[in-house]
Amino acid sequence: MAAAERPPVARPLAAAIRDAAGTGLLALGLSVPILALRLDQNINNEPYLRPRWDYVAIAVGLAFAARLAYLLIWPRLPSRTATTKRQPAGPAAASTRLAQALAVGGLILLVLYPLLALALTGRAGAIKWIDNFGIQIMIYVMLGWGLNIVVGLAGLLDLGYAAFYAVGAYSTALLVHNFGFGFWICLPLAGIFAALWGIMLGFPVLRLRGDYLAIVTLAFGEIIRLVLINWVPVTNGYAGISGIPRPTFFGLPFNDSEQGFAAFFGLEFTPLHRTIFLFYVILALALLTNWVTLRLRRLPVGRAWEALREDEIACRSLGINTTNTKLTAFALGAGFGGFAGSFFAARQGFISPESFTFMESAVVVAIVVLGGMGSQLGVAIAAVAMIGGTEILRELDWLKQVFGRDFEPTQYRMLLFGLAMVVVMIWKPRGLISTRQPSIFLRERRAIHAGLVKEGRG
Amino acid sequence: MSATDPVLAVEHLTMRFGGLVAIDDLSFSAARGEITAIIGPNGAGKTTVFNCTTGFYKPSSGRIVLSLGGPPAPQELDALTASGRRSRATAAGSIFLLERMPDYEVAARAKVARTFQNIRLFPGMTVLENLIVAQHNPLMRASGWTVLGLVGAHRYLAAEREAVERAQYWLEQTALTDRADDAAGDLPYGAQRRLEIARAMCTQPQLLCLDEPAAGLNPRETAGLTELLQSIRRSHALSILLIEHDMSVVMEISDHVVVLDYGQKIADGPPDSVRNDPKVIAAYLGVEDREVGEVEAEIAR
Repeated sequence: MAAAERPPVARPLAAAIRDAAGTGLLALGLSVPILALRLDQNINNEPYLRPRWDYVAIAVGLAFAARLAYLLIWPRLPSRTATTKRQPAGPAAASTRLAQALAVGGLILLVLYPLLALALTGRAGAIKWIDNFGIQIMIYVMLGWGLNIVVGLAGLLDLGYAAFYAVGAYSTALLVHNFGFGFWICLPLAGIFAALWGIMLGFPVLRLRGDYLAIVTLAFGEIIRLVLINWVPVTNGYAGISGIPRPTFFGLPFNDSEQGFAAFFGLEFTPLHRTIFLFYVILALALLTNWVTLRLRRLPVGRAWEALREDEIACRSLGINTTNTKLTAFALGAGFGGFAGSFFAARQGFISPESFTFMESAVVVAIVVLGGMGSQLGVAIAAVAMIGGTEILRELDWLKQVFGRDFEPTQYRMLLFGLAMVVVMIWKPRGLISTRQPSIFLRERRAIHAGLVKEGRG
Repeated sequence: MSATDPVLAVEHLTMRFGGLVAIDDLSFSAARGEITAIIGPNGAGKTTVFNCTTGFYKPSSGRIVLSLGGPPAPQELDALTASGRRSRATAAGSIFLLERMPDYEVAARAKVARTFQNIRLFPGMTVLENLIVAQHNPLMRASGWTVLGLVGAHRYLAAEREAVERAQYWLEQTALTDRADDAAGDLPYGAQRRLEIARAMCTQPQLLCLDEPAAGLNPRETAGLTELLQSIRRSHALSILLIEHDMSVVMEISDHVVVLDYGQKIADGPPDSVRNDPKVIAAYLGVEDREVGEVEAEIAR
């Protein structure tokens, strides 16, 4: 019975990770002799051993992830009977476990993703897969997580989120050009500037509620974009700002010079290094956003956001300053948008107002709503589906064989995409993951059914 | 009549909504440590009095004084009224002019907690979360306005444990411990009423304002509520202001009853004298003033 007294979620996870690590070790032992070295011939027909450690890493990673997913989704029978005695394991418990397995598996997959792409598509293909899919999706995951604070937790519908993304990107570009700062100094400054803009916008706007708030934030997004277009002396208008330096690796630039990253580590120069590095930078930024959000949910400020979404008047009757609470949500969401914008500017090397249209805001809101408001995992899945989905549709050249040579799949991209969204909204009207996880529990963490959770009225 | 040590003194309160006068020159006081009930027919302005007291409405005119610790000296009160400030320390404790304060400050600083006629819980949050949110301000301070909490400082964790303990205490008092991890919106109606009281108590109020706590309860639940309110008053130093239609509750637990009709006070006194006041009876039965005598005679029979 003592086992059943323990918190039901944390223990199996730790045990599963230990178990999966053992499996990984086993995979390592097996794959080193089989995969690690390959006997090859060089140009002079001399045999030599070609190391393939990346293959080993992939095999070990896959074994670990598969074992972990298996353990978390199909829990061992004894522990299940132990819990059913006290409490029938409802669908909520199963979905919690599934969500956890997805989160852990997804994280492992993300860390291994560049290596996987490299192994599967070779050097030429990998840049496309890491950049167009990996980095692009991660930017939107980060934007989705940032907006999730505002829309999902605090229940404030913000349709102008691209404005803060733009503030972050342009802060970086302008700081670089006017003060010669590097990316790593611009990044925090861009976040701070965007947060300040969030507060500046928030003060007059947050007395509005619901639809009115949505309209005004939408207008704000357009104002920022129009200012960027028309304030030519500073922003260079439609022409945009180019020559934004790329992030460096502790001061080492990713170029083929003597001081470059490749030369320093004695590697052959390839643009792939930078792409992979950028992927890990945005991955780290997104995970930071996620960590901060999850942490804040368990702090008074996060609980106040959710309470605000549930009932603003009740919040005020409990002594919560709702204006300040809304402002913190707005500022924090804007700050993360600014980080993402700064990264975007450094990754592209060029920005123009075209990148910050209403469509950007709409896509990010769609990601949050599709994912399930307030659910971090749901937002991540929705970002993969939305951004990855549109990118995949670009690749559907084989459809030409079905519909004839004149068929251009990219033209139907948005149509298919809209259809998919309608289907998802019919099938899951409150988003992919609509249950809410409580931030604190006395005896047992039970997910809260979507029907009870309010969407917020601003 | 006025109490010698009022925790709340409402003086010449008037509230107009456009041409409608919801409260007309109302004065009454609630004694410290006692239960004061406000009764009256529907539309008499009871909830408006609550909304003015708790800062949700700005009264058109009048003064609402809340004193903590003990009665203020008259010159202290006059000085505060003249100064334009919201509160000041007094020899006995502190005084607040509630009509000058925004709603959240009334709750946070003047220590006035309230419940609502139509229950306002956080339905998508668990029962325990509802009670933790109620302790927002002390927890916010302990978390160093989030900074200390973000790094997991010991001070914050200790404060959170303490908050959970307080929540557990009130869960026990309201017989909700078994439902602590359920969504508040999943609770049956009577339990939601109790939870709203528990949540208000978690803010550690000096004055608890209950807006029709027995509405919609069955007789057994009503008896439980009466018991709860009496035990709260016994074991916690606080005063209660109560709006209630259920006369059995009012007569059983209140020390003092104020009767409103059409925004005006028509009676004020201990329950027994109010019960027999012909004006009150007339207001409830809806008769003309000249018929009051007849009604009185009927009751005597």
